[in-house]
Amino acid sequence: MSKKQIKTTVNGVEHEILVDSTWTLLETLRDHLKLTGTKEGCSNGNCGACTVMVDGKSSCSCLVLAPEANGREITTVEGLSDHGHLTPIQDAFVENSGLQCGFCTPGFMIATTALLNDNPHPTENEIRLKLAGNLCRCTGYDKIVRSVQDAAERLSKA
Amino acid sequence: MPNFDYEAPTSLADALELLSRPGEIRPLAGGTDIIDQLKNNRRNADLVVDLKRVPELLALDSNGSGLRIGSAVSCTEVHNFTAKNGGFDALSESSELVGSIHIQNRASVGGNVCNAAPSADTIPSLLIHEAVAHTASASGGREIPLIDFFAGPGQTVLEKGEILKELQLPAPSANTASAYLRFIPRNEMDIAVAGVGSLIEVDPSSKVVTKARIALASVAPTPVRAYAAEEFLEGTVIDEAAIDKTADLAVGAAVPITDVRGSAEYRKELIKVLTKRTLNICLERLA
Repeated sequence: MSKKQIKTTVNGVEHEILVDSTWTLLETLRDHLKLTGTKEGCSNGNCGACTVMVDGKSSCSCLVLAPEANGREITTVEGLSDHGHLTPIQDAFVENSGLQCGFCTPGFMIATTALLNDNPHPTENEIRLKLAGNLCRCTGYDKIVRSVQDAAERLSKA
Repeated sequence: MPNFDYEAPTSLADALELLSRPGEIRPLAGGTDIIDQLKNNRRNADLVVDLKRVPELLALDSNGSGLRIGSAVSCTEVHNFTAKNGGFDALSESSELVGSIHIQNRASVGGNVCNAAPSADTIPSLLIHEAVAHTASASGGREIPLIDFFAGPGQTVLEKGEILKELQLPAPSANTASAYLRFIPRNEMDIAVAGVGSLIEVDPSSKVVTKARIALASVAPTPVRAYAAEEFLEGTVIDEAAIDKTADLAVGAAVPITDVRGSAEYRKELIKVLTKRTLNICLERLA
């Protein structure tokens, strides 16, 4: 098993990590950096629980090898809030009951942040399409869609 | 996961040297197929060669002669580029259908081709746009019309040490339109039960079809062209009857299996319906 020294920025903090070539980015975040907000669901790219941003692009961290993160900027759910203050997206999910058990929520936070960065005023169809890679088994999705619509409104006023 | 080493070369020459080494050497672009296959022991590797830092494989440009897509360019980039610049609507549509946005942000169109799934959404679009696969290896490179690139499910004609370098698509004429549709049980994020890409070039005054290309997904061991349907449509004035006949002929190119996603009979019916729909979308786009 070969080791690789990588340098990667996670939530604005630079880390030098000795990783195994076969680790995923998800394992590196959770088991090495103890950033356990990012969840492991299906481990094959279907559920989106492990969604993080790699250089600003939402990605399934279970399908990224740790050494691929060398020189990249990673954002996890822990990196969204500002000194403990929730973002307008997080507030919108809380106030619209956009979560129940919460397991899928970190993935939805990253996916919604990436969506609204790219498209600040998405239609309901666009929201449902761009969040189709994040599965939620509690809410039935409607409250998540309302939360994203509310978040877009909050961000446009901010 | 098997125990493999990982390298991320920054030049094509270095990448090709690594790929020519003995053992199971796996190129990786987006990794969304290969990492899952390694996890599940469906493919093995001694060395994974990450191609995302090789500048030649990240080319994405177009000019009067056509479109060039480096093999490591993501589906999202191909979608955004073709949506903005036009001319390749079927490719624009299909590159937005590969998994979720999180997958499209990493998965490359080249990887979708090299993974060679019969259901791959981008392949019919590339086939109707007459893509040519340009390969590279330590001993040189080849130009392979994409229709000749597939050897079976998950199998291509690439030899050991040879990779897809880029796809080149000739620029379509102004009187050309294309479309891709697939059928899945939900609206997004699924594997095609069947898929159809259609491209037609129509003389604007006579409405005679001067070129027709129809390619099918998920109905044969490899993606296929519906040659009989194409031949019938070329030289014909396109109307409802001609579209119906073309759709019937397209079914003849389908040799589907029955599996968990659908029966062979159902898939043939889907080919008929999707062929009609894609041709009608082409006509709307030409109007």
